[in-house]
Amino acid sequence: MAKTALQFRHNGRDVAIFVDGGTNLLVALRELIGDMTPKFGCGQGGCGACSVLIDDELHLSCLTLAEAVAGRSVETLDGIKDGPNLHPLQRAFAENFAAQCGYCTPGMLMAAKALLDRNPQPSRADVIEAISGNICRCTGYEPIINAVLAAATSGRARA
Amino acid sequence: MPVTVKSFATSGEAAAALSSDRGARYLGGGTLVMRALNEGDVSISTVVRASDQALTRVDASGSRVSIGAGVTFARILAERELAFLHAPARSIGGPAVRNMGTVGGNLFAPNPYGDFTVALLALDAVVSVQGGFGARDIPVEEFLQTRDRQAGTLVLSVSCQKPQGADTFRYRKIARIKPKGGSVITLAAHLPISSGRVLGARIALGSMAPTALRAKAAERALEGRPLDASTIAAAASAAIEGTSPADDALGSAWYRREIVGVHLRRLLSGQE
Repeated sequence: MAKTALQFRHNGRDVAIFVDGGTNLLVALRELIGDMTPKFGCGQGGCGACSVLIDDELHLSCLTLAEAVAGRSVETLDGIKDGPNLHPLQRAFAENFAAQCGYCTPGMLMAAKALLDRNPQPSRADVIEAISGNICRCTGYEPIINAVLAAATSGRARA
Repeated sequence: MPVTVKSFATSGEAAAALSSDRGARYLGGGTLVMRALNEGDVSISTVVRASDQALTRVDASGSRVSIGAGVTFARILAERELAFLHAPARSIGGPAVRNMGTVGGNLFAPNPYGDFTVALLALDAVVSVQGGFGARDIPVEEFLQTRDRQAGTLVLSVSCQKPQGADTFRYRKIARIKPKGGSVITLAAHLPISSGRVLGARIALGSMAPTALRAKAAERALEGRPLDASTIAAAASAAIEGTSPADDALGSAWYRREIVGVHLRRLLSGQE
């Protein structure tokens, strides 16, 4: 079956790939572009490990048809750091011991970024709601929530 | 296995492609169709998409609201005029699912999903579809009863009357995980009150049958009566009538039958 040409922005850089019909965005990112930061968890929209931002909106890349992002901007965890410096959320996750096995971390960070981009001063309840689509099977939710709140506080301190 | 992806500018072309191919499925937000593809569902050979802007239109200015099939739950939550639909929209998924999942797709969501449709059923919504035969409007109740045969039609929009007053429409979803989780039972009730009596009550239940269904015996128990303790008790004890819940990981059929009356009583009496 013929492949389809697909162009989109990946972490601020234009990429062009060929995809099979029905390929999801997660497979396109990992296998065709080599960005291993979004993870495959369930393939059904239940775990959030594959979360990415499409035009600044949180989406599940495993349930997104790759062709649907043609001409759009996709941001993954790989794109949030600033050169050699970690993103404030990444630093807060490290300082608050918010990663245990680490498999949910990329999705958690993208969900948290989607929250802080819109609401820089979230309440604890806002954070819980924001990561409600992301499962951590190490069950380390409290440190994750604390880390997101700490990142929000540090963002305020800088401003 | 690769599938053929067909993208169209208009819903008419998409509807034609959908009705002419048994292996075609319409791709909305992706939360059902992409999931099926990821699981290797070989019954899907073609994926049909449409970029028609009419599919994402919301018209909520008048007393009757119309919502395009491609409108997401996040969009519903952003529309102040649709405040009466915020509770069902918020009860679905996490933020990513609400950014993707659509009103039209929810009509096809199997148990324990499809919560928004439960709300639409209580609101006596009308589903506008386009098939090979042209466009037509179907009451959501009839749509759900014939859902297995609707795969070849394209849902264009849903519409319903805005409920009068905030207390007239009530919604409750029972889930194991808060704030996100599949439905143990979902309940929605539309209770227009006239001169202190309920007139035209509609109660809809989710996860109590293969599709959302109306609790008609409970509706009859309310009809023409004031919404007092004895009326509510009669409706709650009739809630189970006509239901056929299934066992799943979230609850057994027995458990669902045991608690449906309890939750209907709480919904009708305004308890949290």
